[in-house]
Amino acid sequence: MDAAKKLRLHDLMVKSRVLEEQLIAMTRSGDGFFWIGGPGEEAFNVPVGLLVQKGEGPAFDYLHLHYRSSGILTAMGAEMIDAIRQMRATATDPYSGGRNFVNHYARHGWNVVPGTPTIEVQHSMVIGTAWVQKREGGTGISIVNGGDAGAAEGDFATCLNWASRPSHELPVLILIAHNHYGISTESTTQWHMQDIASRAGPFGIRHAMVDGNDVEASWAALEEAFAYVRRERRPYCLQGNVSRLNGHSSSTGGARVEGERDCIADFEQKLAAEKLLAPDAAKAVWDKYRVEAKAALEQARAESYPDPATLHRHTFYEGEG
Amino acid sequence: MAQAIRLALHVGEARMGVTDVFGEDVGPPLGGVFTCTQGLETAWNSPLDERGIVGMAMGIAMTGRIPVAEIQFCDYIFNAIDMLKLAGNASWGSNGAYHLPMVVMTPVGSGIHGSIYHSHSFESVMTHIPGWKVVLPSTPIDAYGLMLSAIRDPNPVMFLPPKALLRTKGDELIPGEPADQRQLHAMIDAPLGDRSKWKPEWPDVEDYFVPFGKAKRLREGRNATVVTYGRLAPVCLRAADELAAEGLSFDLFDLRSLVPLDWDAIVASVGRTHRLLVVNEDTEVTNFGEHVIRGVIDRAFAELEAAPVLLAGADVPGIGMAWTLEAASVPQQEAVVAAMRTLATAPAREGGGGGFLDIPLRLPRYR
Repeated sequence: MDAAKKLRLHDLMVKSRVLEEQLIAMTRSGDGFFWIGGPGEEAFNVPVGLLVQKGEGPAFDYLHLHYRSSGILTAMGAEMIDAIRQMRATATDPYSGGRNFVNHYARHGWNVVPGTPTIEVQHSMVIGTAWVQKREGGTGISIVNGGDAGAAEGDFATCLNWASRPSHELPVLILIAHNHYGISTESTTQWHMQDIASRAGPFGIRHAMVDGNDVEASWAALEEAFAYVRRERRPYCLQGNVSRLNGHSSSTGGARVEGERDCIADFEQKLAAEKLLAPDAAKAVWDKYRVEAKAALEQARAESYPDPATLHRHTFYEGEG
Repeated sequence: MAQAIRLALHVGEARMGVTDVFGEDVGPPLGGVFTCTQGLETAWNSPLDERGIVGMAMGIAMTGRIPVAEIQFCDYIFNAIDMLKLAGNASWGSNGAYHLPMVVMTPVGSGIHGSIYHSHSFESVMTHIPGWKVVLPSTPIDAYGLMLSAIRDPNPVMFLPPKALLRTKGDELIPGEPADQRQLHAMIDAPLGDRSKWKPEWPDVEDYFVPFGKAKRLREGRNATVVTYGRLAPVCLRAADELAAEGLSFDLFDLRSLVPLDWDAIVASVGRTHRLLVVNEDTEVTNFGEHVIRGVIDRAFAELEAAPVLLAGADVPGIGMAWTLEAASVPQQEAVVAAMRTLATAPAREGGGGGFLDIPLRLPRYR
């Protein structure tokens, strides 16, 4: 990996982390209620966002995300202020107009389909966008992102089965971010095996596992997985073993958890050793995004909450635009 | 009615952009356990996975394509409730960024000796999930017209044909349908045995749309308003005709569309008859008919000469296999006749505003 790419990855990982730290802070400053997000998953998620074929319609990639996918959106080019708007539930929130939890995106122009806190249901929908992509040709694929705990739901099995039917294999990239917890419950108490991606094996689905705290290893594994699905029009299941740095959500406090590996700290050590990014230069990246986040919050504070008169809007389709 | 649905789906895939008709046993060779999907170009078989079926439809609709998914019996749909909930949420929750042009059809109700798990109704549950339109035909022509409207609608639509009516014949032909039933049978019904080389010969049926939110007035009368839909619409029709011999007449409506609902027709009728009976076969606690009655009370309480009545299914977990149990669970024609007669002939309550009526045969056992 060349130096420019490493620095680009680092920049986006920091941006995503700073955003999450800002969102958590908003639960304490009265600027928001509930936070849930993905600090600790940046090394696995940022490469995904950079590998996405971004656009609208089946010729481009569809993203069926969950609430820890902020690194993906950030790498795709999402603005910090938009997540901050959703956290504050302003009318200007472009993902839900102040209707959904933070980190629950919907962006039609980027094929980011509506997210939901209902665990794993996205695995039952991803087969539909992939079905259309397979039939209509092109190189667009459907990406679904979930966690280890959610993989216990039947929807995970639905995805494996429908994506691998004989003669109807689907271009689905199944990403498992294994953070070892379902809220407070350790995965070792609920799963016989920790290689959850290997469940794809009996379905004839190629699968792999990677250290999701190592951004270079993650990039390599994801690049291979994306290329395979794009080229072969068949599913692939990749598990990234990641950290959960701030617990499940604000329901468990949102404070930094001791003892978890920090993928950005690890990467900065490596970049410093390689003399690509000195500590002062790394700090400047953090500072840059903290200034941006603070300004974004100030701007969002000046924006209105949804007008109650709009309550019923979009219950049914109201036309384009 | 199964043929009418099939013709509508044919029109859907040939002229209206339907890309996929799918579900368990929907594709060849069977073409659906009720034969609704025989011979369709876009029909295919899915895994036995209701959550996957609804999720697949949602994903297809997210790309702007139009799927029609079948859940073989509504009795199997309960494990897909949160997928239905999410489909209903998609437009509202994304503040209009996404809308899902999809149809789910699933047969409902009793009357086929279906026992505990092939006799459920589903409309009361379904109408509790915002973001969906919910329709139930009671005749082949309405099945055809409602399905075409469902395909054309840009929202999720739940199409609920009554199981017991799927093999019934209607009085009214679909525009372009051969009048000779044997001719239609030869054209579009798959043969028994090897079907691998069979192709249907579709009649040149025309567009016919039943608008959502428009009830069909089956009889015009003065003694009471009767609101029904689905399997009990023909039962209520026979009951009204039976009571005509006693000099009683009823304003009888087949709602056809529950969401949206034709409040104007119902309220205007109650304004004329001053009495309301709602008849359906779903279980009576938190029944869709309660919503109809609530709406009439909100809009026309002062018009009521007697308390509105709901005649619905017994509040039991399922329909018993024995016919005696099914008959005791679901309103039968004699119960409908009795309820209509009692309501129509009860003395008006002084000053209006309703009063309690003793509807014989079966009293609700409220939880």
